Amino acid sequence: MEKRVRILVAKPGLDGHDRGAKVVARALRDAGFEVIYTGLRQTPEQIAEAALQEDVNVIALSLLSGAHNHLFPRIVELVRGKGMTDVLVIGGGVIPDSDIPALKAAGVAEIFTPGTRTTTIIDYIHANAK
Amino acid sequence: MDMAKELLSGSRLAMSRVITAVENEHDNAGDIMQQLYAHTGKAHVIGITGPPGSGKSTLADQLAKEYRLQGKTVGIIAVDPTSPFSGGAILGDRIRMNDLTLDEGVFIRSMGTRGSLGGLSRKTAETIKIMDAAGMDIILVETVGVGQSEVDIVKTADTIVVVLVPGLGDDIQAIKAGILEIADVFAINKADHDGVDRLNTELEMMLEINQEKTDWRPPVQRVIANRGEGIKELANAIAQHIAQARQSGRFNQRRKERTKNELLAMLDEKIGRHVRNKLSDEGDFDQLIATVESREKTPYAVVNEILTKVLR
Repeated sequence: MEKRVRILVAKPGLDGHDRGAKVVARALRDAGFEVIYTGLRQTPEQIAEAALQEDVNVIALSLLSGAHNHLFPRIVELVRGKGMTDVLVIGGGVIPDSDIPALKAAGVAEIFTPGTRTTTIIDYIHANAK
Repeated sequence: MDMAKELLSGSRLAMSRVITAVENEHDNAGDIMQQLYAHTGKAHVIGITGPPGSGKSTLADQLAKEYRLQGKTVGIIAVDPTSPFSGGAILGDRIRMNDLTLDEGVFIRSMGTRGSLGGLSRKTAETIKIMDAAGMDIILVETVGVGQSEVDIVKTADTIVVVLVPGLGDDIQAIKAGILEIADVFAINKADHDGVDRLNTELEMMLEINQEKTDWRPPVQRVIANRGEGIKELANAIAQHIAQARQSGRFNQRRKERTKNELLAMLDEKIGRHVRNKLSDEGDFDQLIATVESREKTPYAVVNEILTKVLR
């Protein structure tokens, strides 16, 4: 079977720093995944629609500007609303530990904060993506 | 979910999932395509190819916008190379088409070559059919054209646009790669860069030398894709090509040729698979390999042996 895990790496909101996202994207490619990178300044609607068209298994959100508490749950909501119930939504960036429980409650499966090894993210995806 | 039915009633989620089923070779893919086939054949398929960095994705984005202004729906298939080392890929064409993401008349799908260019050709061809069945008026297939197999991908198109840019060292390089012969329309992108006149002239000269008995001489259109310049003219050239091809009968001829090649490719694949399955069932393949390696038997004799046994 020719299956590949497809991952959307997305930068929601007005955060203009994507070096981290690109580092993760490259690591994911080297791990054998197909990575679709959206580019900067995506709205939640754009991210959800891209995820649908590309039928991704994982949405990896990168945010450094502090708007994660609003944007991440909104994206989960839109994605589920489109009927994509199996998609794994994960996030990274500048996210205080204290925000993580609420994000998980809102449907974000895991948050990978700065300093996380890319291998940790890769292993997590292998174990959890459907 | 009855995927074929959902797709035909307009579900974009269904369209997306059917494409995945075909790409990942799910068991139900054949059934679904069987149901969809009657609904194909309507879309105008446009292939866009050219060297890396020539602006194909940006051009596809601009062309799609032009077609949207004309009230047409557009499907886009963006093909990028899979890493031969890791099997992964960065599918980075979509990033040039962000304006189109929320347009309900546009559907963009990124595909990796996944190490099998022949296989990709077939999967791209199937994805074209899927988008066609879903009602897309225009389907753009965008892929890097640096070799024969990428050329095969765009050969599934009714109109092939070859994108070139000035100043890529030897301007004829891309032309030598064999894509000159397949172009129906040339687009010189980044036409504000140095060397555009020279490239234009060299192209015209090569077209002059290569002039065949066909009635269509590929026009050379200058565009500046990231400024949206020359796009209408390019769309017109494409429209003229298709009109001419329909009139002269070449359109139908090409489609017939395509169907023929498709059938042959599918036959090749099924027969190949059948033989390989039989080989692993029989279990003596390793032995045969050993006899060839030791020069006890020739590979030619072994192949004949196997075929006689398997295709009895």
